[in-house]
Amino acid sequence: MSIDAQMTTEQVRGPAIQVRGLEKSYKELHVLRGVDFDVARGTIFALLGSNGAGKTTVVRILSTLLKPDAGTASVNGFDVATQAANVRESLSLTGQFAAVDEILSGRENLVLVARLRHLRDPGRIADDLLARFSLSDAARRKVSTYSGGMRRRLDIAMSLIGNPPVIFLDEPTTGLDPQARLEVWQAVRELARQGATVLLTTQYLDEAEQLADRIAILHQGRIIANGTLPELKQLLPPAKVEYVEKQPTLEDVFLAIVGDQALTAQQTPPDPTARTAKDPR
Amino acid sequence: MTRHFFGDTTVLLGRSLRHISRSPDTIITTAIMPIAFMLLFVYVFGGAIQTGSDKYVNYLLPGILLITVASGISYTAYRLFLDMKGGIFERFQSMPIARSSALWAHVLTSLVANLISLVVVVLVALLMGFRSGAGALDWLAVAGIMILFTLALTWLAVIPGLTAQSVDGASAFSYPLIFLPFISSAFVPTESMPGPVRAFAENQPVTSIVNTIRDLFAQHQVGDDIWIALAWCASLLIVAYSVAMAIYHRKIS
Repeated sequence: MSIDAQMTTEQVRGPAIQVRGLEKSYKELHVLRGVDFDVARGTIFALLGSNGAGKTTVVRILSTLLKPDAGTASVNGFDVATQAANVRESLSLTGQFAAVDEILSGRENLVLVARLRHLRDPGRIADDLLARFSLSDAARRKVSTYSGGMRRRLDIAMSLIGNPPVIFLDEPTTGLDPQARLEVWQAVRELARQGATVLLTTQYLDEAEQLADRIAILHQGRIIANGTLPELKQLLPPAKVEYVEKQPTLEDVFLAIVGDQALTAQQTPPDPTARTAKDPR
Repeated sequence: MTRHFFGDTTVLLGRSLRHISRSPDTIITTAIMPIAFMLLFVYVFGGAIQTGSDKYVNYLLPGILLITVASGISYTAYRLFLDMKGGIFERFQSMPIARSSALWAHVLTSLVANLISLVVVVLVALLMGFRSGAGALDWLAVAGIMILFTLALTWLAVIPGLTAQSVDGASAFSYPLIFLPFISSAFVPTESMPGPVRAFAENQPVTSIVNTIRDLFAQHQVGDDIWIALAWCASLLIVAYSVAMAIYHRKIS
């Protein structure tokens, strides 16, 4: 416990994620051609790019699942190539497709991950997270009966076990309906509020705009822009003033008609002691 | 990370065993085909086969046990394939766990599932009149050989489980293994086969394993067959394990 705490404080000075000159090819296909970026601690960083831009490749390299051809990367101050075990202690990955066990119940999934992270009292950790992600009612049902949004919430809840300081979310809202998407956004904001560093990949511009402190655009294997939203907006010609009638968007209409209770439940502020109370590291 | 190896493997083994307990049909379907072969050969063909044994079911059971394992391990490949595809494997691999635990959990699950299927098949054989005067030590020897054989075939099954592109590909590899016992001493004595077939049958692993188990059940003196059987199983185990591990490390790093 104390070793981990020391380690974390030692590593606090540098950026949470540092990527330099990352290159990766699959046979003839040069997916990454020299990617550089930093992610400051406690911020949400969005990696924006179209399908096939290489976002997932970056995430897989950072989570030690793939070796780069060239370049270096560090997570929480640990090198992904030489200190892979420390990197895995520091991060949690939520992949593009909800990596949950369909045959187990939601609670069993959470207990499984808590056990694999060698935490004490996995049952209580699971129950806390089920409550936090409004999954308590479905806790004992098989995950194969869950909706897409519930699955995604469970997936993210599994990522939070053990409070890893760095969290990777690879296209967390792809394929979700608008309500589930808002639920996930809420969960991501909550993570950052509690001090985690979040690297988010997305192909949705509004998602990056809504969530990210800083946005990098990955295009043809390179980062072609990197900055805060106002900085990126300055890259374009100055804003013109036009008078446009403000119509409600289809999303506004949809959400107003559907009037969702799950959302209201999400918006009630969670117990601020939750993180410290269940932190067994 | 090896300090967590046993703990992590136990946790993941608990997960896979839970999968099996929630789909017991995998155990039953594993046992159905060998039982069907047993019924077919004992009650249809068996009367015409001269084996020198007093009861054909006594002669047949060892080969049926091997077929049971050969059909059971296709589920191992299938479950491993689903884990690889579903993303949960990546989740495990990105966590601070002993990395080979995920594979060992599947292997041990395969061992447990196949042993249950084997028990089911033996019980059916007993109902069909199988009798053996074998003592506890002989049964232990049979169990030991079956465990070694299951481990060897399971590691073989890990290879398609890791590399297959589709569910069908992951399980199709086991068909040749299921039919290998037909060209051996499992169903008929090799003496009745024509030259080249007989040469193949007498020098392939199934024959030595089947002869060993048959001798143990019948309480005959076990000859050199047991050493040949153990050598086959051990070599297959070592080769399959090495290849599977090499593929695994290439896949996950």
